[in-house]
Amino acid sequence: MPETSTVFKTRGLTKIYDMGEVQVQALRGVDLDLYAGELVVLLGASGSGKSTLLNILGGLDTATSGEVFYRDRNLTQASESELTDYRRYHVGFVFQFYNLIPSLTARENIAIVTEIAKDPMQPDKALSLVGLGDRLDHFPAQLSGGQQQRVAIARAIAKNPAVLLCDEPTGALDSTTGIVVLDALERINRELGTTTVVITHNAAIADMADRVIRFSDGHITEIKQNASKTSPRELAW
Amino acid sequence: MIKALDRKLLRDLAGMWGQALAISFVIASGVATFIMSLSTMDSLNLTKDSYYDDYRFAEVFVSLKRAPESLAQRIQEIPGVEQVETRVIGAVTMDIPSFPEPVSGQLVSVPDDGEARLNRLYLKQGRLLDPNRSDEVIIDEGFATAHAFQPGDKLRVTLNGRRDDLTIVGIALSPEYIYQIQPGAMFPDYQRYGILWMGRTSMETTYDMAGAFNNAVLTLRAHASLPEVVERLDNLLDSYGGLGAYGREDQLSDEYLTSELSQLENMATLFPVIFLGVAAFLLNVVISRLVSLQREQIAALKAFGYSNSAVGLHYLKLVLVIVLLGWLIGIAGGAWMGQGMARLYQDFLRFPYMHYWLAPGVVIIAGFISIAAATLGTWHAVRKAARLPPAQAMRPEPPARFRQTWVERLGAQRLLSQPARMILRQLERQPLKACLSILGIAFACAILVVGSYQEDAIDYMVSVQFGLSQRDDMTVTFVDPTNQRALYELQSLPGVEYGEAFRNVPVRLRFGHYSHRTGIQGIEPDSDLYRLLDTELNRIDLPPAGILLTDFLGKRLGAQPGDVITVEVLEGSRAVRHVQVAALVSQFVGMAAYMDLRALNRLLREGNAISGAFLAVDERYQATLYAKLKDTPQVAGTVIKKSAIETFYDTMAENILVFAFINTLLAGTIAFGVIYNSARIALSERGRELASLRVLGFTRGEVSYILLGELGLLTLLGIPLGFLIGRGLCAYLSNAMQSDLYRVPLVTETSTYAFAATVVVISTVISGLLIWRKLAKLDLVGVLKTQE
Repeated sequence: MPETSTVFKTRGLTKIYDMGEVQVQALRGVDLDLYAGELVVLLGASGSGKSTLLNILGGLDTATSGEVFYRDRNLTQASESELTDYRRYHVGFVFQFYNLIPSLTARENIAIVTEIAKDPMQPDKALSLVGLGDRLDHFPAQLSGGQQQRVAIARAIAKNPAVLLCDEPTGALDSTTGIVVLDALERINRELGTTTVVITHNAAIADMADRVIRFSDGHITEIKQNASKTSPRELAW
Repeated sequence: MIKALDRKLLRDLAGMWGQALAISFVIASGVATFIMSLSTMDSLNLTKDSYYDDYRFAEVFVSLKRAPESLAQRIQEIPGVEQVETRVIGAVTMDIPSFPEPVSGQLVSVPDDGEARLNRLYLKQGRLLDPNRSDEVIIDEGFATAHAFQPGDKLRVTLNGRRDDLTIVGIALSPEYIYQIQPGAMFPDYQRYGILWMGRTSMETTYDMAGAFNNAVLTLRAHASLPEVVERLDNLLDSYGGLGAYGREDQLSDEYLTSELSQLENMATLFPVIFLGVAAFLLNVVISRLVSLQREQIAALKAFGYSNSAVGLHYLKLVLVIVLLGWLIGIAGGAWMGQGMARLYQDFLRFPYMHYWLAPGVVIIAGFISIAAATLGTWHAVRKAARLPPAQAMRPEPPARFRQTWVERLGAQRLLSQPARMILRQLERQPLKACLSILGIAFACAILVVGSYQEDAIDYMVSVQFGLSQRDDMTVTFVDPTNQRALYELQSLPGVEYGEAFRNVPVRLRFGHYSHRTGIQGIEPDSDLYRLLDTELNRIDLPPAGILLTDFLGKRLGAQPGDVITVEVLEGSRAVRHVQVAALVSQFVGMAAYMDLRALNRLLREGNAISGAFLAVDERYQATLYAKLKDTPQVAGTVIKKSAIETFYDTMAENILVFAFINTLLAGTIAFGVIYNSARIALSERGRELASLRVLGFTRGEVSYILLGELGLLTLLGIPLGFLIGRGLCAYLSNAMQSDLYRVPLVTETSTYAFAATVVVISTVISGLLIWRKLAKLDLVGVLKTQE
């Protein structure tokens, strides 16, 4: 049994993509533990396998071999509907391109998730947490990129997920806007204690993490514990 | 060597083959109905024209009481007349042992040498008449087939009150009887009505017409004036009891053919317009989407140096491939359906042959119309692709703008879930597209309504005509107008429960400068067996004086109740009288006029003469009654209502099934084409959104609701609109099809609407299931990695 403070545990995780005649090995045996409440930055170049790992942790993809546990739940053997349930109740996602629903306002983009969640917070509260309490009734087209990403973060945390998985959350943003977004993530992690995994190829972001995990060529090359975390406001790139 | 750009075209097509095929089928449906209608029309026209030519179909027809043969020379001398043939025509009844009911027919003389000069016979079987035999007869093919007669068979007939046994020597067809229907009947009945041809000398003897004739047919020289010939002929025959000459357009068989042809013409325009309109819309939607998906590719092509027109042409070619496929399928389908139609026509039209002919011109025009419709439909999208500046195309399209819908602004917001809001806002954002989708679905529904309309109308006509109006079981017509006593004799026959007399008189009605040849039927004032109805199907009481006109006849003459019209009686006393129009009656068949029997007889000054009787009959005594009637020489014809209706439905059943099948297929094509394409486009436009929702933990069912809910809503809105459009198209057809012969009532049953809605809903469900399968394959990971 994994320890109670361990949220994710992977052992010998491999993933092979069948691309017609060639096989691409995205993960080559990953052993990793993620603990409750920590903010982890997964650092790696594009193609290093970090997104694959995040997708498997988030129940979007399944491993070719090895095992992955979310608390005491074995995700390796989960069916499609079990994975849907898992995503629905336990995981919050933030994507590089926000993936907001253009036909719904900021508030409604959050409501669409809280309406199917078990113990969600009010959409207004979630938006206040990311500093967008005054943009409730704006449609995505009326919001800047950074604002859209913060709506996406509010949407991800509004269901009170156990983990928040962020895939290049600042990838489509300039650095000033990016920092506002990272600040929001840091605040969520601090105030709600949500285990947060941020993947990025931007090494500058690593300083805000509790732990930094470097990824290369499908496996972990380095795990570094930050002695002191830097506030996102002090980051620059 | 295929150019790279054309390879792209083929791969693009392969990637959207389902949608392309669905659109091709809609185009094919339009092309097929166009080709089917026009080729059938051409075939009928061609066959008719060559048959009329080869078998010398007359151009002027006239019946009279009796004139000496010497008059033929004077007819010949009328300017403009090319050829004259005088004939003797008489009524005949037949006793066919294997068929209990009385059978009536018309006996037409042919010259003794066997070869008529006009309205020549096409001999299908056997031989022409032997001039030395007086007991030989040729019968028409429909009648022969209905009773399995062969040359050599004997036929027991009653001619002019005398019984005789005739030998069938030949089975033939005549251009005069292509549509062979008993005058006054609603539909052909080959079992109970036949045409017989007999030698002139025998006919003269039988009908006491030695050296005389009672019918003449004429052909005209080129450029002769039909009205002038008709007028001179009428003047010449006036003192010989002429019943008024008329041209082909009033000849029963030709009149029916003309109305069939105009129906086909209607179909040839109405249906293709609908199908090609829908196809144009679908192509617009699909190509617009393709262009916006391929913005970056277009930009790249332009960056490589492809010109605007090369890019435009590229997308236009894609459209043309889809059109070409539709056109080819349509040609095959249209030719197949056209041949089927031609076969159906052969069942109730008596042509000796049917040349099915698909004119290359029709095929080419169909192609041009399809290309024109498709180009028009996609013009905007293709131009947009061609004109896209490369730098702008490299950037993604700006995000779609949405706002709250009016439903929500009205305060219904609280009632709507987020998915419901998504559906409504999506529809409101592209209102034109939504409206056209609804219209497309509506047209599918409308086509189905039109398809069943024919059946509804026929059922209604039969139930009104034979249920409410003609309530007799049997109509008996006498050879000549007879004394009222004949009715009492009929009433005393076994099984006759009740009888009412009627009198039929051929007349010409005049009002202002309009005139029309028709008949006045005199009936009992409080008749129980023959009721006159108004448009609301209420019974009209027959006034003791005055005349009632069929509403269509009233319209034709321009006469209203209260107007005084001129009645020229075309037989006997040939009286000319002025009668006031008492009312208009609603009737679907013919253009008859009605009077109180006694008032009519007063008008004619002929005493209590009757032409026949309506009888109510006890079914148990049918057999004996039939036998008695067959034995009564004065009886010229008997129409048994129930069997006439049954025969009609037997012959119609197949036609109705075939049409229902074709219509369902065509409408299903549209419904599926519209709904499936809408769904595919929606899936493509919103796949990213739906995948995001799936990532956020929505189940496949929940995201399907958002996508399919939109389709469901479109369908639900389209169906009632389709009912309305369908009803409108039926009204148009009902109006377009009305003729002197019949008016098709505007009746659409609930079952018709239910059927239409069901087919549309099934098409939606099938499209939905296909989309449901696609939803399972949503790429959850990929969609998050790319920007639209």
